[in-house]
Amino acid sequence: METSVDKVLKPAPLKNGAGFNSQKTPETVSTNKRLKRSHRQIRAENIFRRTIMIVAVATVVLVTGIMVTLAYQSRLSIQSAGLGFLWGKVWDPVRDIFGVYPFLLGTLLTSFLALIISVPFSFAVALFLGEYFPKGWMPDLLKNTVELIAAVPSVIYGFWGLAVLVPIVRTFESAIGVDAIGQGIFSSSLILAIMIIPYAASLGRSMIQMVPSNLKEAAYSLGATRWEVIRMVILPYTKSGLFAGVMLSLGRALGETMAVTMVIGNTSLIPKNIFSPGNTMASVIANEFTEADHPVYLSALIELGLVLFVVTVVINMIGKRLIKGVTK
Amino acid sequence: MSVAIKYRIGKSTVFQALVMVLSFACVVPLIFILIYILQAGITKINWHFLTNLPKPVGETGGGIANALVGTSIIIATASVIAIPFGILCGIYLSENKNSKLAYWSRLCIDILQGVPSIVIGIVAYFWLVKPLNGFSALSGSVALAIMMLPIVVRSTEETLLLLPDSLREAAYALGMPFHRVILKVIVPCGISGILSGVMLSVARITGETAPLLFTAFGNPYLTTDITKPMQSLPLLIFNYATSPYNDWHDLAWGASCILLIWVLLLNIFTKLITRKWKVQL
Amino acid sequence: MESTIVKSVNYNAYFGDNHVVKDVNIEIPRNTTIAVMGPSGCGKTTFLRGINRMHELIPGATAKGQILLNGEDVMEMHPIFVRLKIGMVFQRPNPFPNLSIYDNVIAGYKLNGIKLPKAEKDTIVEHSLTRVALWNEVKDSLTKKGSFLSGGQQQRLCIARAVAMEPEVLLFDEPTSALDPISTSTVEELFHELKKNYTLIIVTHNMQQAARVSDRTAFFYMGELVEFDDTKTMFTNPKDIRTQNYITGRFS
Repeated sequence: METSVDKVLKPAPLKNGAGFNSQKTPETVSTNKRLKRSHRQIRAENIFRRTIMIVAVATVVLVTGIMVTLAYQSRLSIQSAGLGFLWGKVWDPVRDIFGVYPFLLGTLLTSFLALIISVPFSFAVALFLGEYFPKGWMPDLLKNTVELIAAVPSVIYGFWGLAVLVPIVRTFESAIGVDAIGQGIFSSSLILAIMIIPYAASLGRSMIQMVPSNLKEAAYSLGATRWEVIRMVILPYTKSGLFAGVMLSLGRALGETMAVTMVIGNTSLIPKNIFSPGNTMASVIANEFTEADHPVYLSALIELGLVLFVVTVVINMIGKRLIKGVTK
Repeated sequence: MSVAIKYRIGKSTVFQALVMVLSFACVVPLIFILIYILQAGITKINWHFLTNLPKPVGETGGGIANALVGTSIIIATASVIAIPFGILCGIYLSENKNSKLAYWSRLCIDILQGVPSIVIGIVAYFWLVKPLNGFSALSGSVALAIMMLPIVVRSTEETLLLLPDSLREAAYALGMPFHRVILKVIVPCGISGILSGVMLSVARITGETAPLLFTAFGNPYLTTDITKPMQSLPLLIFNYATSPYNDWHDLAWGASCILLIWVLLLNIFTKLITRKWKVQL
Repeated sequence: MESTIVKSVNYNAYFGDNHVVKDVNIEIPRNTTIAVMGPSGCGKTTFLRGINRMHELIPGATAKGQILLNGEDVMEMHPIFVRLKIGMVFQRPNPFPNLSIYDNVIAGYKLNGIKLPKAEKDTIVEHSLTRVALWNEVKDSLTKKGSFLSGGQQQRLCIARAVAMEPEVLLFDEPTSALDPISTSTVEELFHELKKNYTLIIVTHNMQQAARVSDRTAFFYMGELVEFDDTKTMFTNPKDIRTQNYITGRFS
């Protein structure tokens, strides 16, 4: 295909083109116009081909640039703390001690707790839409509503969490006898759990719909109940797809910033339990980036960003690979 | 024997009931949130609210005009950058399915899709805020444009791949040059899919706050200069919601309500347009 | 009495390593109808698509040799020029779904960005639709989308679209295989009309069709051009044993 572009071609002699037909038809006049114009077209064609290629190259440059920027700007912190950065239990910018263990723990706790809460709901929606009721107005409504969950801006979840959810959690906490702060890892997980439902749900739905019906029919014909078909046929067939959906949800939860920042309580102490306030990697960056008043501090925050970047990218890639494997 | 079967059928029924209950349960929080925000916000919205600047702490009243203007400018700038870029890249990917560059570009778009928004904010800070010596709406727009990109690229690519090859062949056979085949035939036939991707990406970045925290930064005054810090709706909501003042909370509820309505409208419009503009193949 | 319009010299076409058209040498005279037949996978469609350089649009497809149009090698020309002079009609009707019937006919001008006066456009549309015997059927619904027509009408619309560009050669890739028998016979009648102004090259897997519509027939087998002769001679007195076998239905 490319070779045809490289050859710049001489204009086709018109006499060949116009000779055979009656000279007086309007088409012959336009034939001349057409050929004259075509030379400009060829140039435009080459420009267009080159433009879209440059754009594609630019995406690669963009992403490489993001990685290089993050790595380069966090060099100060990487040099001064090395790997100890990840295990250091104290984050004290005033004394230039940067250990991100509290934030790693905070991130993992909120994300996995959110995942545990949301996965049953996601899978239920996936089964509902993919297996039990694939068509009709009610499933359509449910599908659109669930998609809407992903559309609501996270800052609104955060605000609602702060105004409504946190007081409820506080009451709950005093009822079970822990420090009634309200803001903390538990509240963040609840908000996150709601926010990430659609990701695993919509992927799960499409995976379940891909199960060949002859497999299901084979099971039904042997007298299996619906539940047995789901457990024996659908789940084994879709398990890597469902897992991919969980991965995408997890990636989303790890990177979520605003809602978490607003309800997690923002402290750099290691959380004692799931009701303690804490911080996630993303929320620390959001809170402290504009306050970072010396280079190592800023660099430490960027290194945190780099870690976050790597973790979410790896998780998303695992998810995407799994999806690709299934759809092939 | 029949007891065993009854037990199995019962188990199946119970599971189905559980699935249905859980499915509808996850809609409940969303409905709560929607109703709560609409209730808390709709009463705050009036002409005064839309056309005035926020008042300092202690004074009642005030509006969010600066944030409305700011959000519009930031979103518009981001769209101007990301939409043509994204569509062109989508075209490249669909037309050169198997090239090496397409593989890498696709990989990069996949990566970009998973990058947390806050990290994009950091990068935009170093690319634009630091070199230009100050927060600016432009840097915010660039950050948001980077967030839009994967959505636009993917929806364009996927839409165009679904178009039958016969369409391309028909166009090529008429002696059309490549760019006209794409721009006059392929893109118009896939316009509904491309447009829905574009609108969804706009809806998504309208609510994005994290990348704006250290790029557009926020500004209590009205400005239209994209090289200056600028207020935006989500930033205003974040700053005022986390403040201790009730008046500011009221502003934030009103702003949340407007943001929510905008996002919902965009999503509904997307559905409608996708249906209406769909080219019957 | 007749001059050669298309000539191929040692034409070879490949998909990757797959050699699908082997050393084809053929001379096609002006204003005749040529049928190209052969079992499926014999390279007949690939050869046809090679003539107007559509073959190379498929990723991995390459070609060697010469195809001469009026003595000029199309492999050396830019594909745009080739395709302006050699029109093509495909197996399945493929009108542009986003355009009206009217715009579909002048698509070659409109989409190439060639501005024509309204009167000229009207002439071209009427002229082209008349030539494909579609004018009377659609003259009152020219603003409707092309995809609302029946399959046979769509195919004639596609022929009109190719005819409107006033090419010298029209290529047909199994043009009736997706049509019902009545539409097929309408299209076949068209071939007789079109022959007066154009050179038609029709790929078909249908021997009866080849016999009905063509002046000459080419028989392809395993990528080779086995025989090229007057249709009558070909069907009554084939020289090659493979042609004989094919015509008598001894292999598919």
